[in-house]
Amino acid sequence: MLLIPCPWCGPRDEAEFHYGGQAHIAYPDNPAALSDEEWARYLFFRDNPKGPFAERWSHTAGCRRWFNVVRDTATNEIHAVYRVGEPRPVTA
Amino acid sequence: MSGQPYRREGATGKTLRFRFDGRDYEGLEGDTLASALLANGVRAVASSIKLGRPRGVYAAGCEEPNALVQIEEPFPEPMLTATTVELYDGLVATGLPGQGRLADRPDPARYDAVHAHCDVLVVGAGPAGIAAAGVAARAGARVILADERPAPGGSLLGTTETLDGRPGHEWAAAEVAALEALPEVRVLRRTSVIGHYDDNYVIAVERRTNHLGAAAPAHVARERVWRIRAKRVVLATGGHERFVAFAGNDLPGVMLAGAARTYVNHYRVLPGRRAVVFTTNDSAYAAALDLADAGVEIAAIADVRQAPGETWAARCAERGIELLTGHVVTAALGEGEVSSVRVAPRGDGQAREIPADLLLVSGGWTPVVHLFSQAGGTLRYDEGLGAFVPGEIRQAVEAAGFARGVTTLRGCLEDGAQAGRRALAAAGFAVPSETSVPAAEEEPAAAPAEHLWLVEAPGDDDYGAHFVDLQRDVTVADVLRAVGAGLSSVEHVKRYTTAGTAHDQGKTSGLLTSAVVAHALGVDVGELGTTTFRAPYTPVSFAALAGRDRGHLHDPIRVTAMHEWHVAHGARFENVGQWKRPWYYPRPGEDMEAAVLRECRAAREDVAAMDASTLGKIDVVGPDAAVFLDRLYTNMMSTLKVGSIRYGVMCRADGMVFDDGTVIRLADDRFLVTTTTGNAAAVLDWMEEWLQTEWPDLRVSCTSVTEQWATVALVGPRSREVLARLAPGLAVDNDSFPFMTWREAEVAGIPARICRISFSGELAYEINVSSWYGLALWEAVMASGEVTPYGTETMHVLRAEKGYPIVGQDTDGTVTPQDLGMEWIVSKKKADFIGKRSFARADTSRPDRKQLVGLLPEDPGVLLPEGAHLVETSSLPEPPVPTLGFVTSSYRSAALGRTFALALVSRGRERIGERLYAPVGAELVPVTVTSHVLYDPEGARRDG
Repeated sequence: MLLIPCPWCGPRDEAEFHYGGQAHIAYPDNPAALSDEEWARYLFFRDNPKGPFAERWSHTAGCRRWFNVVRDTATNEIHAVYRVGEPRPVTA
Repeated sequence: MSGQPYRREGATGKTLRFRFDGRDYEGLEGDTLASALLANGVRAVASSIKLGRPRGVYAAGCEEPNALVQIEEPFPEPMLTATTVELYDGLVATGLPGQGRLADRPDPARYDAVHAHCDVLVVGAGPAGIAAAGVAARAGARVILADERPAPGGSLLGTTETLDGRPGHEWAAAEVAALEALPEVRVLRRTSVIGHYDDNYVIAVERRTNHLGAAAPAHVARERVWRIRAKRVVLATGGHERFVAFAGNDLPGVMLAGAARTYVNHYRVLPGRRAVVFTTNDSAYAAALDLADAGVEIAAIADVRQAPGETWAARCAERGIELLTGHVVTAALGEGEVSSVRVAPRGDGQAREIPADLLLVSGGWTPVVHLFSQAGGTLRYDEGLGAFVPGEIRQAVEAAGFARGVTTLRGCLEDGAQAGRRALAAAGFAVPSETSVPAAEEEPAAAPAEHLWLVEAPGDDDYGAHFVDLQRDVTVADVLRAVGAGLSSVEHVKRYTTAGTAHDQGKTSGLLTSAVVAHALGVDVGELGTTTFRAPYTPVSFAALAGRDRGHLHDPIRVTAMHEWHVAHGARFENVGQWKRPWYYPRPGEDMEAAVLRECRAAREDVAAMDASTLGKIDVVGPDAAVFLDRLYTNMMSTLKVGSIRYGVMCRADGMVFDDGTVIRLADDRFLVTTTTGNAAAVLDWMEEWLQTEWPDLRVSCTSVTEQWATVALVGPRSREVLARLAPGLAVDNDSFPFMTWREAEVAGIPARICRISFSGELAYEINVSSWYGLALWEAVMASGEVTPYGTETMHVLRAEKGYPIVGQDTDGTVTPQDLGMEWIVSKKKADFIGKRSFARADTSRPDRKQLVGLLPEDPGVLLPEGAHLVETSSLPEPPVPTLGFVTSSYRSAALGRTFALALVSRGRERIGERLYAPVGAELVPVTVTSHVLYDPEGARRDG
């Protein structure tokens, strides 16, 4: 059970959160202008790295806010937590 | 003591009566079931799972691989180890052949859960654990000290070692009592730490009343799960002794040497009269000497080494114990239990048989690294110990004492104290300048162990009785077969042979299995590695994990304001998500079919009402609310006028239908959105996700108001006249109150919002009032006696007759609005909305997509099973049979006077008029494909 530092509420048990997959996948500005392949990449393709990964979490059983986390998928170490709209911080 | 022939002289305590395998025995307070059985000379306690071989007590703790028992009374509990069942008066138990039986009656006990936080969690109250806890606790840290046994002391409980001049277990008891008196210390006895997860989240199970039997007070939870978050964890989990693979090493009478020592010293029981000892290391000598001093004749010690510790050799000589160095035990012999032991020099030499009823074995000691490994720590092989010890770990965890390979008592105490100091520093406390540990006796200089795993058998032996996992009946022969089949990883051998997968998870056998695999492969065991350690460390009852969350507390139950009326009027209920919804209201003598047909007729021909309060309702408010809903729904919402209502569908970005419902415009900047009952929370989450992550510039807020409103759907050609009577102030004629509009008025004197919407095709109204008045409104509607109440089944039939899909029943996340025949709801005008781009994908315009159609079985009495697949031919071809689609909804229709179904069928609309076949039982039933709208296709009935 991860201890996730919600940027609004502080550290809380993982069970209070909902996972939202890879972060920084913006909804395309003009979907109609995209090729089928580009649109399919937006819909279906996500990174799956071993190591640091920027991902979205929502504090569903708390403040109900979405935020971003950089988590090492191999060790579960959380390197950074930041708010939606902020750039991914540089982590070690 | 005559009733307990193997009880040591002078043992005292209250006599307890118990029954095992149908025979009555006596034991002493403080016994485990295992020690009490040994005191009575019971050697065979259980039988093995595959081979049915008799098995006896092998160990003295949770690592016991053999003595599986079932408690029969006072309450049935399967699969417990006799070595961990504390004896109580009236205990009735039986030995198990590897598998137990679940109780045949409900468990009357309570189970509970506790959440706790601490600075330092110490697992294990042996010498290292107590030392660590003492240092941390005396500096003021919040300390939890957990130990699985009833009393603290760990290894001290089984030995005659002294600390500060008194017996070690007395020191342990006094020290733990002193710590427990500190305000920030909690000592958890009979508490097994079973799981160690991320960020030092640790699960432990405390057995509070199991040891009291029928005397357990009902108000105290039998077991309690502790969910502990610790800043720092010290794992002082000690070690388990392991055995050696030789022929007959499973016979009752073969026992781990350290366990025998515990039985003699702690439980005051003699595990036999005449023993042979087989060892690879010095530790078994202490056991042999303690047994000898207690009156067990030690016939011989077979030590695989040429040079055992000198002090130990001298002590054997003093007692006249024959010491056979460079010898091995090649076989334990006997019918059903050990009667003699075959001993031979290593390599060549004459074997001899030594009569004995007890064979003590020590193949060395393995640190208990389970939790360290679970917590993400690496392990490394220690050549001196012949075992894996903790390596690196990222979490704030460290092992201490024997758990990290420290072998002396003095060393463990010092190591524990150091771990306590480091834990203090890590948890942010000032570390005292010095810490003291109690004085331990000088220990004899240790001679190195020699790690012998497998005693080679004569050429004609197939290793079929050299056991490596006693509980799984896995022998060296099985392991050799696995390796011979090409398996070279311990993980694969584990799965192939099942070694290490029993209740004990290979505590005594895991390393031995690895070593035999390594031996067969000709590699080092350190190189081969071990299998992965996973929670739980020891078996846990499901009841403990469930805690209080059982029965009606298993999941929240949601009921509407009208619920008590439905109950009082005999409604049958259906679970929809967490809601209890009236399913149908049978009259006396009616079955479900009759009741639903009657309710349907009432709605189509007269007037009927349904409790629709469970529909999800979301208040969407803000200057940008209309823009937001335009992006969310496939159709246009911004053009909706205040006072009007529009049906809408929302899709995921992939274009698949996600939810549907109505949108009511309450003001320029305020909408009330309804969702399907089961999807209310998901739709609100969906809205929040887009608002927060993609469109934070939109000034919109969303609030769930599902439970603030109670809703009555009033349906049928006579609904207008009933409403007119209930709401005399409301103009109800079609021009004043047209379809898809809403009005505010008093209904039965209650302020209400009335919406003219229909989910049945009939003239209908949904009357919404504050949920506080829900019951009053319902009772007012029902008061005249002319309105028929109907439930969800009738609602389903009515909507299906009209071809209205139910999201989640007629859709499954792979269905577009176009597939449902709802092109009309997909806006062509809007530049974009969620899902729009996907409608131009090749996949969503494939001509062979499944489309929603109606089905009419050719026999109008045949009801198709929902989920039935459809095929083109009247007899099934050879499998695999290509399916055209499947039935999503199927009912008997009062209006149509026959059965009908909805189905998703490939090229369905092209097939209208075609005959297809659906399997019903063993038969293929012919059906005709029709439009999905089967009733009132021209929509003539909605205005009454």
